[in-house]
Amino acid sequence: MSLLDHKFGQGGIVVSQLEDVLNWARLSSLFPMSFGLACCAIEMMQTFASGYDLDRFGVIPRPSPRQSDVMIIAGTVTFKMADRIRRLYEQMPEPRYVISMGSCSNCGGPYWEHGYHVVKGVDRIVPVDIYVPGCPPRPEALIGGFLKLQEKIRKETLVAPKAVERFLSNHKSDQVI
Amino acid sequence: MTYSFQDIKEAIQIQFSADVIVAENTAFMQPQLTVTKGSLKDICFFLRDDARFFFDQLSCLTALDNGVEKNTLEIIYHLYSIPFNLFFILKVETERGDGKEALPEIPSITDVWRTADWHEREAFDMYGIKFAGHPDLRRILLPADWEGYPLRKDYTEQEFYHGIKVAY
Repeated sequence: MSLLDHKFGQGGIVVSQLEDVLNWARLSSLFPMSFGLACCAIEMMQTFASGYDLDRFGVIPRPSPRQSDVMIIAGTVTFKMADRIRRLYEQMPEPRYVISMGSCSNCGGPYWEHGYHVVKGVDRIVPVDIYVPGCPPRPEALIGGFLKLQEKIRKETLVAPKAVERFLSNHKSDQVI
Repeated sequence: MTYSFQDIKEAIQIQFSADVIVAENTAFMQPQLTVTKGSLKDICFFLRDDARFFFDQLSCLTALDNGVEKNTLEIIYHLYSIPFNLFFILKVETERGDGKEALPEIPSITDVWRTADWHEREAFDMYGIKFAGHPDLRRILLPADWEGYPLRKDYTEQEFYHGIKVAY
């Protein structure tokens, strides 16, 4: 789709697949929920700010989970916060994505052994798409995470994956109707 | 004139009696005076209101677990007098209790210094010390339905919290 703008000279008609257009729209306007938990949030704010300017990837923080596509778990997830994170995630409209930023939310980080209050990995409460390593990750790393997420969305498809198709065809004979 | 640790200790002895003082420790840079549970609140009021000392600020209130063998908990009060630039450390010792139903009880000093309110809530949250007379004694940092008191030496974390595994 990156060659899209070259095609406008040809009579204003572009032929493409619907999937490609949808994926292109989605990956070009990833709105994260503005929400930070610990020191990783400071790096996240740097990434949003003019120095690294995530805006150029179409990433603009939104103040409400209902307007967001991505949730960046930027920091230590405590058990007290876990319920809130789960609720915020459930309030986001689909399709929704989660970026786990930093060691704490990846696996508990420095709290893995004695942190009685820390969830040892945010993937225990919400499904994670991208893990960004670091303690905290530099802004480049978070941008890298967004680029990885864009790659992932670019490969998404509306039709069922092959394995699911096979599963469905195997079970057709069992069905009564 | 400024008053030394000994001066303040003697003033307490004169005001109350010698048996309110359980122990003193002057080995550290900051000497400490351990007093009885029952006299704590009166001593606090005295130190705050006496014109010689005027300890108008409670800098810190914290607790210390001496472990299962000693079976004692300590609550430590760091006092500071803003007008006279005096420091003083009070301590109270109590039994540990089992950390479940049987919790140690200490008189609350929230009506001496309002600062003690949140400090005592934190000590309750982490050590399971009940402060008798506290206006709103509930957990301040951990969730309200948390089990146990994490800074006790014999604390073991719960297996699950709201269906999330706690251990790594």
